[in-house]
Amino acid sequence: MAVILILILVSVLVAGGFLLAFLWSVKTGQMDDDYTPSVRILFEDSINIVKKEVVEILPTSK
Amino acid sequence: MSTACYHCGADCFDAIVVEDKHFCCEGCKMVFKLLNENGLCQYYDLSDMPGLTAKGHFVSEKYNYLDSAAITKQLIQFKLGEQAHVVFYLPQIHCVSCVWLLENLHKINPGIIQSQTHFEKKEIKIVFNPSLISLKQVVQLLAFVGYEPVIHLGGNDWLKKKKVNKKQLYKIGIAGFCFSNIMMLSFPEYLSNDVLELGSLRHFFVYINLLLSLPVLFYSASGFFMAAYTGLRQKWLNIDAPIALAILVTFSRSAYEILTESGAGYLDSMSGIVFFMLIGRWFQDKSYDSFAFDRDYNSFFPLGVTVLEEGKEVNKALPSLLKGEIVLLRTDEMIPADAVLQTDGALIDYSFVTGENAPIAVAIGQMVYAGGIQKGRSIHLEVLKPVGQSYITELWNSPVLKTEKNTEKSFVHPWSQYFTMALFAIALASGIYWSIYDSHKILPAVTAVLIIACPCSLLLTVSFTYGNILRWLGRGRLYCKNASVIEAMHKVDTIVFDKTGTLTNHDDMHLEYTGTALSIKEMVAVKSVTRESLHPLSKMITQFLLLQVSDLTQFQQIENFIGKGTKAYCDGLEIMIGSASFLKSYGIVIEEKVEGSMVYLAIDGAYKGVFKINHSYRKGIDTMILKLQSMGYELHLLSGDYPAEKKYLVQLLGNDIPMLFQQSPIDKLNYIETLQNKGHCVMMVGDGLNDAGALQKSNVGIAVTDQTHLFTPASDAILEGSQMYILNDLIDYAKKAKLIIVFIFILSIIYNIIGMYFATTASLSPMVAAILMPLSSISIVALSALLSFSFSTKLRAKN
Repeated sequence: MAVILILILVSVLVAGGFLLAFLWSVKTGQMDDDYTPSVRILFEDSINIVKKEVVEILPTSK
Repeated sequence: MSTACYHCGADCFDAIVVEDKHFCCEGCKMVFKLLNENGLCQYYDLSDMPGLTAKGHFVSEKYNYLDSAAITKQLIQFKLGEQAHVVFYLPQIHCVSCVWLLENLHKINPGIIQSQTHFEKKEIKIVFNPSLISLKQVVQLLAFVGYEPVIHLGGNDWLKKKKVNKKQLYKIGIAGFCFSNIMMLSFPEYLSNDVLELGSLRHFFVYINLLLSLPVLFYSASGFFMAAYTGLRQKWLNIDAPIALAILVTFSRSAYEILTESGAGYLDSMSGIVFFMLIGRWFQDKSYDSFAFDRDYNSFFPLGVTVLEEGKEVNKALPSLLKGEIVLLRTDEMIPADAVLQTDGALIDYSFVTGENAPIAVAIGQMVYAGGIQKGRSIHLEVLKPVGQSYITELWNSPVLKTEKNTEKSFVHPWSQYFTMALFAIALASGIYWSIYDSHKILPAVTAVLIIACPCSLLLTVSFTYGNILRWLGRGRLYCKNASVIEAMHKVDTIVFDKTGTLTNHDDMHLEYTGTALSIKEMVAVKSVTRESLHPLSKMITQFLLLQVSDLTQFQQIENFIGKGTKAYCDGLEIMIGSASFLKSYGIVIEEKVEGSMVYLAIDGAYKGVFKINHSYRKGIDTMILKLQSMGYELHLLSGDYPAEKKYLVQLLGNDIPMLFQQSPIDKLNYIETLQNKGHCVMMVGDGLNDAGALQKSNVGIAVTDQTHLFTPASDAILEGSQMYILNDLIDYAKKAKLIIVFIFILSIIYNIIGMYFATTASLSPMVAAILMPLSSISIVALSALLSFSFSTKLRAKN
């Protein structure tokens, strides 16, 4: 019965991992646009095959 | 008879064909060729006729002001080495093809590294290599394929966007995580009496619950505490105060019970209610990102103008325009400042500024005002006043427009005050009761009362109902700035309408010809002549005649007198077409003298007839007005136009409506103020700059537009012109909000009463609390959605 202790701790940790993933996705702006990705699915060829690295905009710039 | 353009769907009159595909103009054909050459024809596969009608609008010199480094610096968001980021607003984005094409721009020009669109905001973020392509070339490319970016003086602050939203999402995420885990870990507690034997594990569960509830209390619920504190400091009890109290009491009692091992606490209810309320707030904050509700005059003016310095064309940024400089204004460009006309050929369309229908011909030496659009060919203007001091901008600087709007608190707050008072009364009563009978039960009873009777249900009701109403109104194409607009609509008792563009449709004009019937030969001749003129009325006549004859002939001689008329020899006939005074100067007598947009025709010296151009009134306006009157609203009409159509208007709308014409923007503003001083709550429905003052002064300002992306003055709501005829239904629906809130709240009181029974008898177990709370929350949400949906039948039917 004490094994349930470990089970719960592990499951809370896993759930916590998902929470962190959610928080990270909000931070990197993935939740800013919730409509356009649904439109992009319809395209036949994948557009964002951009190999060049695009510089991330830092919040302090400008 | 006419085929649809393969690119944009407009009617094709001339035969422009490439590979069996018809195009309406050279512009559309060129875009097709560009896409074809670059292998981008999937554009046409994704949507039918997705293109935007070019109609020869692409003028490359228009963007010369982007050569200036100062201006480019303003627009480029970020620049590092071989990458520059820029964000543009492209109101033309309307379908899948748009997104596809805009994100494939790199295939047309390799200087563009990446482009990403945001469909709802109608924005594009372009990353380009400034050493391969200049900003001006980027803009030219966008304009060429039909997506001309809207670049304005004041509207380029992309920095102040949506950072707040992220915080809301963080709070919701954390609250949701903690709530669901606490709930799960509380199950053993609920079932422990009958089924499970916990023993020492019990401590484990409750302490984890306590730990999980901390982020909810200190982070997710922080908004409520701060709002309550702010309210209390101003000696005002808003709805957040009792909520903050309830959360605090619940946590305290639960913490006490857990730490003294006397119980399991109510942490699941607490985290659950915080979670639901945060979702409610997020739901209510639905905003329409692609609309701008707060435009000031800066948003209308272009960023740069062409100035003539010693005969050479130089591009200058608008704010640096000085008095005395000579501006070169091309067709369809907006006059940037009050100026004096230096050359011939001015045909100014002031419809947006004053509401007058027809363009005005202005002579050399006369003044032209900022905000007007030149419809003729290029002209030169000498600036008279700096941009900020022109007539139209002074209107914006009027102190009237600086005062804040709708600062009255929501009706929810007084209700919550009553609720709080009732709550304290019950808590006090039960406290007194138990002090007599069993003093051990005082604290449990009182705290239980404060826990269970959370005015959270009121907040939830309001948030979700307003959120639903906002969305349904949006479906009915009335886009409100925020929920307080819905509340303001409740108090409105008077509605003032503008005429041009509001009751009439700017784009929908119809032509009437009265006079001697024309022979085919005559019609062909007239059409060939009018085709040469840039005057919008001539274009209309051409279209009108095109429906009847499709041939063209050559004319032998043509003389164009801008603003007056045209005289030409065509096919052996002498055609004279123009204003009444023009024809009179050639000795042709015209009997009737009616005002309005008239174009008179004479052939071979004999008067033939007149083309009368009418803006058509939107369909269903008359029934809509009648319904509004039957709903009890007092209606008024204010127009900037001449009273030419007064008779028709009285016929259409009835005798009871006061109608005033030739109203300047200040006149309209004063009229609204007078009404308000008489105690009325006024709604203004208008479009255009000439209504800007009235829209701001009124209690609810609705800007009407047929092209939602273009110029809408500052308003509380934006209405699509095609939906004007159900304005009464939209207002009626908005008023249902209060009804729905009251109904649901009464229902939620039933839950509260049941909970009160348990609370006052000090028998509130965590399980009961944990059942009641989600039950009431979910039923509120469901009921709110259901009622909003069922009342929205009228909004859905016509769509």
